[in-house]
Amino acid sequence: MVLATERARPALAQVPGAWELSVRAFRCWLVMYRRTWRASVWSSVLGPLFYLGAMGYGLGSLVDKNGTAALGGVPYVVFVAPAVLAVLAMNTAITNSMFPVFGAMRWNSIYVAARATMLRPADINRGHLLFITMRIAMNSACFVIVMAALGLIRSWWAVLLLPASVLLGLAFAAPVAAWTVTLKTTTPMNYIVRFGSIPLSLFSGTFFPISQLPAWIRPLAYATPLWHGAALCRSLALGTVTAGSAAIHVGYLAAMAAIGLWAGARSYRRRLYV
Amino acid sequence: MSSEPGPEETEAVAVEPTVRSTSDAVDFRSFPGARGLRLIERHARFYRRLWLVVASGAAEPLFYLLSVGIGIGGLIGTVPGPAGHPVPYREFVAPGLLAVSALNGALNDSTFNVYGRLKFEKLYDSVLATPLGAQDVALAEIGWAVVRGILYAVPFLIVMAAMGLIVSPWALLALPVAALVAFATAAAGVALTTYMKSWQDFEYVVLVSVPLFLFSGTFFPLSVYPHVIGLIVEWTPLYQGVVILRDLVLGAPTWALLWRAAYLAAIGALGLAVSGRRIARLLLV
Repeated sequence: MVLATERARPALAQVPGAWELSVRAFRCWLVMYRRTWRASVWSSVLGPLFYLGAMGYGLGSLVDKNGTAALGGVPYVVFVAPAVLAVLAMNTAITNSMFPVFGAMRWNSIYVAARATMLRPADINRGHLLFITMRIAMNSACFVIVMAALGLIRSWWAVLLLPASVLLGLAFAAPVAAWTVTLKTTTPMNYIVRFGSIPLSLFSGTFFPISQLPAWIRPLAYATPLWHGAALCRSLALGTVTAGSAAIHVGYLAAMAAIGLWAGARSYRRRLYV
Repeated sequence: MSSEPGPEETEAVAVEPTVRSTSDAVDFRSFPGARGLRLIERHARFYRRLWLVVASGAAEPLFYLLSVGIGIGGLIGTVPGPAGHPVPYREFVAPGLLAVSALNGALNDSTFNVYGRLKFEKLYDSVLATPLGAQDVALAEIGWAVVRGILYAVPFLIVMAAMGLIVSPWALLALPVAALVAFATAAAGVALTTYMKSWQDFEYVVLVSVPLFLFSGTFFPLSVYPHVIGLIVEWTPLYQGVVILRDLVLGAPTWALLWRAAYLAAIGALGLAVSGRRIARLLLV
């Protein structure tokens, strides 16, 4: 036993660390994105702007006419913009960790090719999540800039909007990627969108305050991860952030991301080491 | 399903000679479209195993109805309705979302799924080995997309009735009108899909359908916009469908609605004609 580990050690010493290996997996995705980024610009930048225009300004004009006491006295568009950012981060995370993950496992077999190198399943998982995190940061940054340009930001705390939305995105991307890699068909992914991300984006205190919901369902809405993300983003944009609530939101989202990373290392190992 | 029997009959004759050279389907000639029913039956059998996919698609506009209609509606109160009378916001938005549900059902099938069958599954190549021709394929694909639009619209109407959002008996016409919206969408969808070169091109479908969904008078009256934008929105097919359905459900129909319906039917007929020709070109030449 002692002899075996003694002998293995020199070889192991040359294996780069987990971070270095994850970055290598990340660079593979970067090369691909450099060739296909154009198609993603439309949906990822224009899409949320359409929602901000229709919901924030269109519907907002009707809401503001009726009084904004339920929104804390701010115009509807100011109320809804941070939530649109949170929904954008979540949707970017979910779309990028479903079909691309499934495809890398089943269609173009990027994962299978990566397995033939010194990358371990956990590195492949983290490398892909690094790329998804980059996409979330890109989309969120564009939207934050638009928010600032339209005067929808009320506080200097808003400089933390970008890290907050990236954390929110990772809290979704890591568990979803861990789950997607185990799939055998694409059908269940439809259910995640239809029964997961769409209801979440509609009922998590995003487009209207949770106080509008019937009392019995409110606890459920407060328990959703998107509510924590949207509430965090809103408190940063409006400057109403308090240390206690921010700690709860960040802790909740960080725990989801950590569980997702742990589960991803596990499920990728199961799928890739047959 | 084929609510517009006129145009496809003439089209079928125009395309028929090239098609019939591969088969002898003389027996069926008395009823164009009968052969297409076989393909619709194939899709129905295929989707019987995937019923949950269809059900989940039908649920999507219902989520919007509860969220926007009830949640945001509580913040809005009333808005000016068809005849200028104030109506509760949830009654205003429900018919709009009914049109969206018909559009959604038809759009997914007539774009993504038709493209998949055309380019990857090579379904139509096998279909053409049977007595079916290219025109039958176009008719069947549009017909199936309309069926799916209706499958989305029916549960939505039931929920609307259960929530007390249907005000007038004119709403009995809502389902045929929803089918008409689905027909216009499906025909335009199939026609445009035949011009698609890769999956990347479908970004444009999203790029068109999202603003269509958000700005076609679905969520707020046109008076919210500057006048010029309102004029553009008037031309979108979804807006026409939304207006017809809203006026019917809220019980304020006028003769002008017939013109709007004719506009939708014309889009559908044009799309059907183009689809037939294009599918024949893509598959036979």
